[in-house]
Amino acid sequence: MEDVDEIVREFLVESYENLDQLDRDLVALEESPGSRPLLSSIFRTIHTIKGTSGFLAFGRLERVAHAGENLLVELRDGRRSMDQPTTDVLLRLTDVVREILAAIEADGTEGAVSVDAVIEAVEAVRDGRTTVAEEPVVVAEPVAAHVAEPVAAPVVAPAPSIIVERSAAAPVVPAQPAAPVAEHLPEEVLALRSAADTSIRVDVELLDALMRQVGELVLARNQISRLSSGTDDVDLARSAQRLNLIAGELQEGVMKTRMQPIEHVWSKMPRIVRDLAAACGREVQLEMTGGDTELDRSLLEAVKDPLTHLVRNAVDHGIEPSDVRVAAGKAPRGVLSLRAYHAGGQVVVEVADDGRGIDPERVAAKAVEKGLRTADQVAAVSHAELLQLLFLPGFSTAEAVTNVSGRGVGMDVVRTKVEAIGGTVDVDSTVGSGTVWRLRIPLTLAIMPALTVECSGDLYAVPQVNLLELVALDGQRSGSGIEYVHAAPVYRLRGELLPLVSLAAVLGVEDGPAEGSSVIAVVQADHQRFGLLVDRVLNTEEIVVKPLSARLKSIGAYAGATVLGDGRVALILDVQAIARRALVGVLEQVSAEAARRAQEAATRTAPMEQVLVVGIGGGRRVAMPLASVARLEHIKAAHVELVGGREVVQYRGTILPLARLDRVLGGYGDELGEELLVVVYSRAGRSVGLVVHEIVDIVDDDVTRHSDIEDHGLVGSTVLGERVTELLDVRTAILAADHAFYDTAPTSSDELDELAGLPGHPDLVGAAR
Amino acid sequence: MSQYVTFTLDGSLYGIDVVRVQEALRSHVRTRVPLAPPTVAGLVNLRGQVVLTIDLRTRLGLSGRADLTEPMMVVVQVDGEPVSLLVDEIGDVVEVGPGSFEGPPDTLDAALRQLILGAHKLEGGLLLVLDVDQAAAA
Repeated sequence: MEDVDEIVREFLVESYENLDQLDRDLVALEESPGSRPLLSSIFRTIHTIKGTSGFLAFGRLERVAHAGENLLVELRDGRRSMDQPTTDVLLRLTDVVREILAAIEADGTEGAVSVDAVIEAVEAVRDGRTTVAEEPVVVAEPVAAHVAEPVAAPVVAPAPSIIVERSAAAPVVPAQPAAPVAEHLPEEVLALRSAADTSIRVDVELLDALMRQVGELVLARNQISRLSSGTDDVDLARSAQRLNLIAGELQEGVMKTRMQPIEHVWSKMPRIVRDLAAACGREVQLEMTGGDTELDRSLLEAVKDPLTHLVRNAVDHGIEPSDVRVAAGKAPRGVLSLRAYHAGGQVVVEVADDGRGIDPERVAAKAVEKGLRTADQVAAVSHAELLQLLFLPGFSTAEAVTNVSGRGVGMDVVRTKVEAIGGTVDVDSTVGSGTVWRLRIPLTLAIMPALTVECSGDLYAVPQVNLLELVALDGQRSGSGIEYVHAAPVYRLRGELLPLVSLAAVLGVEDGPAEGSSVIAVVQADHQRFGLLVDRVLNTEEIVVKPLSARLKSIGAYAGATVLGDGRVALILDVQAIARRALVGVLEQVSAEAARRAQEAATRTAPMEQVLVVGIGGGRRVAMPLASVARLEHIKAAHVELVGGREVVQYRGTILPLARLDRVLGGYGDELGEELLVVVYSRAGRSVGLVVHEIVDIVDDDVTRHSDIEDHGLVGSTVLGERVTELLDVRTAILAADHAFYDTAPTSSDELDELAGLPGHPDLVGAAR
Repeated sequence: MSQYVTFTLDGSLYGIDVVRVQEALRSHVRTRVPLAPPTVAGLVNLRGQVVLTIDLRTRLGLSGRADLTEPMMVVVQVDGEPVSLLVDEIGDVVEVGPGSFEGPPDTLDAALRQLILGAHKLEGGLLLVLDVDQAAAA
């Protein structure tokens, strides 16, 4: 069995299941011939076996299945109706398939099972010589066949003689190999059953429910352990210990049932990478190692999106196009490797590429540009810390918005998702040689070891994953205590200064009992190590994580809650969040301020707006809000007439005043050709046309990225499609064509909406009210 | 006809639609949640389940209760999850018809108008009907 390949094993398990179903279906089909669902089910089963056996190079199995399939096609298409001989031959076929499967399970080969006879029988049924073929199967007596066939098939004159031979051979041949297998290898029968019987399909919900129950059991166990430790009752202590052991094993067992190899998530990656590489014009080779590393299913689900995001990101931004790679002295084909392995009670998943790497300087520049950090702040930190900026909300290094990534859904989402399941994500990058994203994910979510600590009379749980060590501070001895760098408390831990964070201060609760004795829990968050100052450490226990309501989760200090052995509820501290809260206080305030301002700007005006980009000659590009454009028209230059020095054109039965945008904006005004391209604006029954040189594109414009450089007829500029584009003050331009355009009040509210996108129209707002 | 689970807060009678109420019971030991909004009275262990507790007095802008009186908990279902509301005393389940109902007066504070759907005019006084979802949203 050991040498049987994993794929083959799965094929066997599945096929056994399917064959059992097939037996039932065939029998049921006899009762209700012509039932299409049943026929389809049978057809699918045989078809699957045929396909898989062909793939696994089990030639004989494939031939048998193929013969069966041919017969079933006739049945399915209604060219033949189900009768007993057909059922018989199909059941016989099923048996032969089973024999072959048994042989495969025994030694990985199809063994000595002969398939010719059954195939002949199937063919015979298909050829309409049914009654004959059926007979020997039932009676297994050649003589009977001889007697039966002339009677049954008198019409087909030449057929009987052939049939005799076949029917004589039929019962003998399949019986021979079948008998020895059953006879001399009884353990094979056991093995045959084992694959099918030792694995069952279980509803995931049932497993989840089981896991919850085990969680409760662990809690009850903790309670009993606590009770028993306080008594002298030997029996109770012994029982408690036993319960402890059993609960532990049960927990482990149930946990195992929920484990799935990470391959389940990876299986999609080759396709994603292939498609993406094609879309981005990259050559990418995907390497995956450690796909059999197992993770809790719920965690697997949770890391699916972050992983996909990282992979997409690596292909799109990490790996360079082939020509760039060759120029940099690398192989034209980039390597993207996915690696998973166990380390320190966690699963580590790496997404590594050998691409261009991330330039910390560029990251810093970007952060400053986006107002997430100030120039002084980025100058002060190391390269590794600069890379951490990638995880800030609102950060995206993509220079252009592409189809693939760079739409603002950045690494902050990846980090949020990974941290939501108690994991961490970090990045290493060397410019020119590649980037490694590393996800650390706990093995399981539901139950985790934690340290319970006391702070101002309340109990909190610190996940053991974050904990490095404990340092007891003895208040009595001087010189071993806390020192201060200005206002920041630090502790000398083996000669190094460890920044201290008082839990009571972070949580904003009053300080606990005086400095008498306290404990430093040295914890690790992201790249920072710091000491969490608590009043007392109680013990370590396995805690069951209970989800917190979204309201409390949004506070950003707690990862969840748990019920302790004594029935009290304790909050589980989110060490990462606390670190962010306490350590980089100043930096965070700055970024929070920036985020708040961006948010405000976003609520004032829609952050994205569709704009029409036009050329006005001389290489200048002008953007105008698309929402206010009614139509785009081509007008013959010859049709332009002059009314009081203004250009107009007859348009849909009215007079359309025109303004040449290049002249309005002080351009060169080079002569246009035969045809004029006109952008038509309409409002309250009036229309004006703006003459432009060319229509370039319609794009999304990020309103928050506008610069405020104003000029006559412009409200600012922005970068669209990597070119500086001027933003047209539509009002000024329109007034140049028709100075009375805005005098009429809009007649309907949609027209108002139409113009609401235009910046700066105090009178318009007045008209609306 | 509608049925309300009634309770008192600072001398006034309030009611919650009976179908929303899971149970009413004595208050449990609460674990406070630092940094949470003031209306969050803490977390309780309800038969192994961690349940958020909202102090209705704070929520309704009433004065804090005297420490000596032990509050009661009304556990209601909000979005399929239990939330416990702290009240002074639990009263009867009353059945009232739509005829006695009237919307909140215009003079009611805007913040409270979201919480109080209206009042049933009972013989003994007014029964103020609470919007459970609003009340539980701290």
